[in-house]
Amino acid sequence: MKKQPAEWQLLLYIAGQTPKSVKALSNIKKYAEIHLEGKYSIEIIDLLVNPQLAEGDQILAVPTLVRRFPEPIRKIIGDLSNEERVLVGLNIKPLK
Amino acid sequence: MRKIKTSKPQNEKFVFPKTPTGVEGLDEITEGGFPKGRPTLICGGAGCGKTLLSMQFLIKGVTDYNEAGVFMSFEEPSKDLSLNVKSLGFDLEQLKADKKLVVDYVRVERSEIEEAGEYDLDGLFVRLNHAIDTVNAKRVVLDTIESLFSGLDNQAILRAELRRLFHWLKEKGVTAIITGERGEATLTRQGLEEYVSDCVIILDHRVIEQVSTRRLRIIKYRGSTHGTNEYPFLIDEHGISVLPITSLKLDNEVSSEVVSTGVPGLDGMFNGGGFYRGSNILVSGTAGTAKTTIAAYFAHEQCKKGERTVFFAFEESPQQLVRNMKSIGVNLEQYIKKGLLQIHSSRPSLNGLELHLLTLRKLIKEFKPTTVILDPISNLITVGNENEVRSMLVRLIDMLKVNNITAFFTSLNKQNDNLRPDLAEESVSSLVDTWITVRDMEGIGERNRGIFIVKSRGMGHSNQVREFVITSNGIELLDIELGPNGILTGAARKSHEMNKKVSKLKLQNELDRKDREIARKRKVLEANIDALKNEFESVVEELGILKATEDLQVKIALGNLTKTNKK
Repeated sequence: MKKQPAEWQLLLYIAGQTPKSVKALSNIKKYAEIHLEGKYSIEIIDLLVNPQLAEGDQILAVPTLVRRFPEPIRKIIGDLSNEERVLVGLNIKPLK
Repeated sequence: MRKIKTSKPQNEKFVFPKTPTGVEGLDEITEGGFPKGRPTLICGGAGCGKTLLSMQFLIKGVTDYNEAGVFMSFEEPSKDLSLNVKSLGFDLEQLKADKKLVVDYVRVERSEIEEAGEYDLDGLFVRLNHAIDTVNAKRVVLDTIESLFSGLDNQAILRAELRRLFHWLKEKGVTAIITGERGEATLTRQGLEEYVSDCVIILDHRVIEQVSTRRLRIIKYRGSTHGTNEYPFLIDEHGISVLPITSLKLDNEVSSEVVSTGVPGLDGMFNGGGFYRGSNILVSGTAGTAKTTIAAYFAHEQCKKGERTVFFAFEESPQQLVRNMKSIGVNLEQYIKKGLLQIHSSRPSLNGLELHLLTLRKLIKEFKPTTVILDPISNLITVGNENEVRSMLVRLIDMLKVNNITAFFTSLNKQNDNLRPDLAEESVSSLVDTWITVRDMEGIGERNRGIFIVKSRGMGHSNQVREFVITSNGIELLDIELGPNGILTGAARKSHEMNKKVSKLKLQNELDRKDREIARKRKVLEANIDALKNEFESVVEELGILKATEDLQVKIALGNLTKTNKK
């Protein structure tokens, strides 16, 4: 076990507690628990609270899941209901 | 019962709320600007100035109307944008630093984005909202929002979201410009005109006979009247300026002040002593009839009085013109140095007609001349056809008249037998106020120049054809010389003058001779008188002698008588 803050840093951008964002959050938590147990962190950024943060990660659609680490940065937009695509998008599958 | 209402006194005219664009000429066409608080679609092909137009809208909003703006670019990074518009005289960085403008670059990279499930574009909304709120923007530009279509797969969501976006912009009360790339069959590639339908403007970049002209047309404008034509526009170092083709009415003020023609003798042919200020003058003639010279004279005269003059030379370079005029004693250089005279030389084919007009318009704005000379306008026909040239000249003349600028055109006409005008003249002759024709008068083995006035609106003028010569001292109008077969010119005039001189001399001699004759006669007379006097005197003397003798005889006789008596 490496002593890193978290091997997987995930950011979830949402704009208010919409059904889509709630769904996205529960989805990613579910996938992460299954595939990345113990080595991930999820930060939730509400753009309604911190709109200035949207520019940094070039967010236009919400919800957007950003994989900050490991590089390269990847973005997955949508409510993450398509598990297959999320895992491919995050590059989790080959790791397993 | 039917009531007939008398027409109500009309209340204040409703004015559709508009946001001035700050683009020169565009406000005239749109009659005030873009619809306030609504989105406007600007579409057009690549490189026709969409981004620039919208950028100018924002910047002018800040600088001229104190309205902050947001530029959301989907194509160019903010840095590139700053650099691009800097060359056009806009300092984006300064405006950003002053918190008057926000430039937000939205990068849509397909390879980075994976779509998994339902989403919306709230992120974009939030960003836009944030940007608008930070500077309290009234103007928003979304530069090629269609880029989203290439970055995102789900077209259905995208379209629904765009519709929501435009709606949201309207509710937000910002005046927005949305740009779109021109599509094959539709105005924009993704059919944005379906969503943005308050005002649609199309930009176009066309090349006709190797001369390119950018044009702008308002396709629709809800709730307002607008110019419907295609208007040429120009991008230069000051940004975009649009040129309305026919927005002027004929109600300009007129001046009755008269300006001298500068040509000695020509003033005398006009009853008023020259041209009216603000009128336009056409000098037409075949090649080599000194049209340019007359134009230079006029320029010289105006500059002498301290009036600003612009000379457009389509045939000669400024240096050449100055040199040539020097050879006949017209020194234009001094006025160029003083800044009173500007000579602009360009080939007519350098630009389209509209660009020439725009250049002129700019110059008039900047230099504020009172006199404009175009030498020659007939050259412009090489650029456009007669109609185009005519319409351009109408606009030009209108523009000059509105500014009360005296305009002086020369026109080269083809050498033809009849005196009536050809194409170039025909297209303008009805537009000009004063028309002077210079022409060749061919005689026996020589060519002479004649000048006459065809028309002069509002001023009596001479009907004579005057001969003029150009010497190293300049133009000289000669007095009229009438011979048995009409006006005499050139050598005929000279021989006529010679004859006149000889006969005058003869007459003088005759007179002298007569005078001498009389003197002689007088001498004879006086001699005769003397002779008679002498004769008379001798007669008188003789008579005296006779008398004396008689007296003596009487005395003697009397003496003798007394002697005898004494004896």
